[in-house]
Amino acid sequence: MATVQVSEAEKVYILHGIRDDLRVDGRGCEDYRHMEVETDVVSNTDGSAKVTLGHTAVLVGIKAEIGKPRPLIPNEGYLEFFVDCSANATPEFEGRGGEELGTELSNILYKVFNNEHSLDLRSLCISPGEHCWVLYVDVLLLQCDGNLYDAISIAIKAALFNTKIPRVHISSDDEGGKEIELSDDPYDCMRVNVSCIVTLCKIGHRHVVDATLQEKACSVASLIISVTHKGVITCTRKVGRGSLDPESICEMTEAGRRVGKALHSPLIKLLQQEESLGKKRQKVGFLG
Amino acid sequence: MAVDMRLPTVIKAMSLSVSAADRKDMVVPGDVITSDTGFMRGHGTYVDEDKLTASVAGEVQRVDKLICVRPLKTRFNGEVGDVVVGRITEVQQKRWKVETNSRLDSVLLLSSVNLPGGELASRNDLCSAEVQSVFSDGALSLHTRSLKYGKLGQGVLVQLSPSLIKRQKTHFHNLPCGASIILGNNGFVWLYPTPGQQEEEAGGFYTSLEPVSLSDREVISRLRNCLLALAAHKVLLYDTSVLYCYESSLQHQVKDILKPEVMEEIVMLTQQKLLEQEG
Repeated sequence: MATVQVSEAEKVYILHGIRDDLRVDGRGCEDYRHMEVETDVVSNTDGSAKVTLGHTAVLVGIKAEIGKPRPLIPNEGYLEFFVDCSANATPEFEGRGGEELGTELSNILYKVFNNEHSLDLRSLCISPGEHCWVLYVDVLLLQCDGNLYDAISIAIKAALFNTKIPRVHISSDDEGGKEIELSDDPYDCMRVNVSCIVTLCKIGHRHVVDATLQEKACSVASLIISVTHKGVITCTRKVGRGSLDPESICEMTEAGRRVGKALHSPLIKLLQQEESLGKKRQKVGFLG
Repeated sequence: MAVDMRLPTVIKAMSLSVSAADRKDMVVPGDVITSDTGFMRGHGTYVDEDKLTASVAGEVQRVDKLICVRPLKTRFNGEVGDVVVGRITEVQQKRWKVETNSRLDSVLLLSSVNLPGGELASRNDLCSAEVQSVFSDGALSLHTRSLKYGKLGQGVLVQLSPSLIKRQKTHFHNLPCGASIILGNNGFVWLYPTPGQQEEEAGGFYTSLEPVSLSDREVISRLRNCLLALAAHKVLLYDTSVLYCYESSLQHQVKDILKPEVMEEIVMLTQQKLLEQEG
């Protein structure tokens, strides 16, 4: 992970500030930084989104293909993740430097999203045991300023909103071969709705949401929570070398549930607003 | 708890009236500056087929027969007498290596530090110093031979581009809004709570780890966001511009200052005030 160096006196300043609910940039402990979301930025994918959260920028592209379901779970589709830490983000990612972070990120994404409670994997099934939708999710880190999981999950949610998966029907024809049938209506497709990830960093005796790299340097342990729009927690992970006592875990989980639940509706509203602009929307892309 | 999500918009270049006389001679790499061979070439230029060409993007400066191009965005090129704020990256036998946003790490020799308890600085500490000399390879040699320099205590560091800091007589300011600022020439700006009467006499060797009051914190956070807003719109930073920006931002909440439309509004008000003051 890209790290910044922070002196002891700066750490004390940040710690006391968080204790008083006033962070260095004036935010409260549960406020997010300014976020910008744009979908349909990569033309050769089935769905894509670019999310900028403060100075963290993430690009997600999704390709949907028909494949064979996993042998142990024949009536569900699945997602495949690949996270690429671009050297654009920080010189530490040059060459193979970003591989470790990329593998860590994709492992956690697998844990969160290949869980039937985070998203409805059964809707990705076409014919049990034989065909299902496989969504290949490619994540590219463009800029790194803390809170990667949240930014990646929002980008994945936006990209999946942008991915229209057609409803297919597989029938067997006379010779025993399989035929894929699409409905005549080009708008007959489905969308996958997923949960959002909230990262809570323990700093001193309090926790913060959306920590910057400096705040991360003052924290020794974090909790990663995946929350659906109904407020159901589907996955929890503790990261970091430090320890968390059970009371703080309960507190942080409750805060995560609250914050995560409140992330969904503004995002969906924004994405629907963007979709309603249709062709009139001025695409900003990467050179805005 | 608030989430501010929106669609991105194209950032429009914003500038108040620039008269033809004010327009500077800007070049990009590869632009021919002059075909006249009578000029001496300075930094940022090279000769290509008898034509003087720019190698960096910036403005052309002509001093008699010397032509050089001053780049708009560059690493800090220190000169003797510059005040810098740096982070100690390495502690060696007789010196410290300090990171000052230059091409090479600067050097702070132990012999150039004569403060009581000045040797107690460790790795990752911040310090303010002055450039004593420049080595032949371009590395800076720093010194803290004055009570106003030394190890920095609690506060906030803002890292900006060196070309945005205006050269002034003094870089240490106690702003009337209730905080103090050190505008390092290298682009590192340090914001800290104004020390009380007794603490100033003690000198720079005692770092207080007492919690800073909430009102001071708010002032410092607001100043930090104002600095970032000014830097985003490429406004020259000095005590007056920072103060005007602070005053223009008082009507907004501290965390709202970083929203693009609020930033634009505040910077426009600041630029207007600065123009009125000069005109």
